Amino acid sequence: MRSTARLHIDPATAHDTGNVERVVAVTTAAAAIAYGVSRRSVKGICLAAAATPLAYRGIRGTWPRLKDVLPSHGDTRTALGGSRGIHVRESIRLEMPLEEVYRFWRRLENLPRFLTHLDSVTDLGNGRSHWVAKGPGGLKGEWDAEIINEVENKVIGWRSLPGSEVVTAGSVAFSRVRNRQSTQLSVHLQYAPPGGRATAFLATLMGREPSQTIREDLRRLKQLLEAGEVPRAEPVPA
Amino acid sequence: MKAACYYGKEDVRVERVPDPQILNPRDAIVKITASAICGSDLHIYDGYIPTMEKGDVLGHEFMGEVVEVGSGNHQLKVGDRVVVPFTIACGNCYFCKQQLWSLCDNSNPNAWIAEKLYGYSASGLFGYSHMYGGYPGGQAEYARVPFADIGPLKVPDSLSDEQVLFLSDIFPTGYMAAENCQIKPGDTIAVWGCGPVGQFAIRSAYLLGAERVIAIDRFPERLDLAAAKGKAETLNYSEVDVPAALRDLTGGQGPDGCIDAVGLEAHGTTLDPWYDRAKTSMYLATDRPHALRQAISACRKGGIVSIPGVYGGWLDKFPLGAAFAKGLTLKMGQTHMHKYMPQLLQRIERGEIDPSYIITHRIGLDEVPDMYRTFRAKDDGCIKVVIKPGTQTAVTH
Repeated sequence: MRSTARLHIDPATAHDTGNVERVVAVTTAAAAIAYGVSRRSVKGICLAAAATPLAYRGIRGTWPRLKDVLPSHGDTRTALGGSRGIHVRESIRLEMPLEEVYRFWRRLENLPRFLTHLDSVTDLGNGRSHWVAKGPGGLKGEWDAEIINEVENKVIGWRSLPGSEVVTAGSVAFSRVRNRQSTQLSVHLQYAPPGGRATAFLATLMGREPSQTIREDLRRLKQLLEAGEVPRAEPVPA
Repeated sequence: MKAACYYGKEDVRVERVPDPQILNPRDAIVKITASAICGSDLHIYDGYIPTMEKGDVLGHEFMGEVVEVGSGNHQLKVGDRVVVPFTIACGNCYFCKQQLWSLCDNSNPNAWIAEKLYGYSASGLFGYSHMYGGYPGGQAEYARVPFADIGPLKVPDSLSDEQVLFLSDIFPTGYMAAENCQIKPGDTIAVWGCGPVGQFAIRSAYLLGAERVIAIDRFPERLDLAAAKGKAETLNYSEVDVPAALRDLTGGQGPDGCIDAVGLEAHGTTLDPWYDRAKTSMYLATDRPHALRQAISACRKGGIVSIPGVYGGWLDKFPLGAAFAKGLTLKMGQTHMHKYMPQLLQRIERGEIDPSYIITHRIGLDEVPDMYRTFRAKDDGCIKVVIKPGTQTAVTH
């Protein structure tokens, strides 16, 4: 499996802070956030939250501006084009006929069975669908999406409709590999999370790395399709 | 139910834990009639296996009666008498289809931990740390068996528990170790370690056509068993120089196949075991590969070194130069249980081998903690311990 979670510091926005200051800012903020989170108390969370703008400054070189922090309402092309937004790429192989894997994925209602951040996907017809995602702290994100590219047994591409509160796009390509006996899926997910890339980077610091999440999601898909069930050693907590 | 649980290094306790339940459609629940302590359980006991947690149920060699089956399991029914393989496999992934069952892609819920350590994850295992899935083990009254429509082997009533129990791990493990040597008529095979896996490797080497088997250990009762039941020539490494003796016994050529049935906690009489012991005690090394070093050094040119013994981490002073210079082949890994169980059951049914000959101790669950101590110290001639969860006290010793 190959993964690329692209996150680089944009030199164009790094002008108003020196490197030393940025390192100090990131380190201090990371320590405060780690300490705050580890306290598992309201005070601790407040401390972690208070340190977040400092971390942002350390990473981006500027204090956060409101337009970076608020959800972007833009078109997916402007929000996700080039190196903007979070890009996650992962691939996985399955010992299943390609057509079966394609059919499973094309039935978008199936996606929450292995994409853990999703609560539900409802097919609205005409290539449109309604997505509900689980956000942090029980918050839900909802958006409508449309399929923008579909070649049967080859590729499915989708994006959120303009004006959505979550700006996201994704594609999955299907290919026959290993002497055409196996099926390989290559998934590319993009999103502009609320708070921009800095928030995603902080999530990474705290151990929720997007590519790891997607890797586990694709593993779950493989288990569901190949083994017919997701292995577990313990009862699911009620 | 009662179960033997891990509580830390050298700390095993028999506790009341919740009864296992069906969690997935292909599951079954087995009421355990016989279980065993494996030499590899001692690696856990000695604190060498990472990601063990307090309260984990130990044990991966067990058999019993099916008492419940999941909705998707159409192979087993309540009342079936089965031996359970210690490796858990889905049967449908690339590796299962290649008969590489212990490398199953889909049976380890914690594959990501193993991936961080090893690059990719092997199959889930019963009672062998969270890195291997965190599945509760079989030193207990009941166990949940995942993918039970493909793993457990039904055994005929004509054979006793003790005759078939070791199909759960050590007989197939010894057999695969011998098969990995690609034995040809006339071959000489040397086996380091005369514990249960070593004993079965010796017998299997003969079953597969070896002309001579040379067994190496330091415990007289284990060497005696290897000679009496295994028909092996024996070398006591505390009395003889093993490499010189092997050279001598093979006309200066070396054994064609060398089996390391010792693993990561090897003892020895040369300097390197003490060096390993010092380094591991300071956490500067993870394994003590003395037996493996010797096997590589003793093996003939172009020979095969087969490793059923367990290794966990990064080896120090590993003689890859010798392996390269002599063009050796190294074969290793957990046993592909599902491949070997049916054919070895047939060998038992045909009377070619009765694996119960290695048993020295029979106990109830309550005596498990004491028996870990006895087994580790190899006190009381202890070679193989069988646990009968249904009995309250020791049956015989």
